[in-house]
Amino acid sequence: MRYCRVVGPMWATVKHPAFNGRPLFIVQPLDDKGVDVGTTFVAIDTVQAGVGDKVLVLSEGTGTRQILKQGDIVPIRSTIIGVVDHVESA
Amino acid sequence: MYLGIVKGTVVAERKSTGLEGTKLLMVQPVDEHGTPVGDLQAAVDRVQAGLGDLVYLVGSREAALACDPWFVPVDAAIVGIVDGIDVPDPARREER
Repeated sequence: MRYCRVVGPMWATVKHPAFNGRPLFIVQPLDDKGVDVGTTFVAIDTVQAGVGDKVLVLSEGTGTRQILKQGDIVPIRSTIIGVVDHVESA
Repeated sequence: MYLGIVKGTVVAERKSTGLEGTKLLMVQPVDEHGTPVGDLQAAVDRVQAGLGDLVYLVGSREAALACDPWFVPVDAAIVGIVDGIDVPDPARREER
């Protein structure tokens, strides 16, 4: 999983049916101090995350399919699976 | 998943089994401001995207799952056309 910040929501009308009813967000990966690292990507939300929230993002397909329970043929990889309260680093 | 801008069409007459009839597009991955990120790539189009469209793609194994039939050798698929993104002004980034 990656530690990320929710940058903002994204909308798409024409999309693969597996994405119907799934909120889409742009997320920015962070380091343990909360500083931006790398480039943004797209994730669906399963935990009602909001803009600016620090979140945990799963970037793997099998885990995502297990969470969504939509069967085995789901073309979704990145899923926000938790809202992070804080990270303690040495 | 990641954002991209459609830059062109790929025409390939001879393709692997299962890819007959699929539409292939050249896509430039971008960030949320439209700035190019990384190299141009070919992707299967599942949403009838057009030239210049901002789209989002899924990579790796899940790209094949976006296809019908799904047991096909692809590693990038366009799965949505982006209508809009609500991102804060990058110039005000430090205030957050």
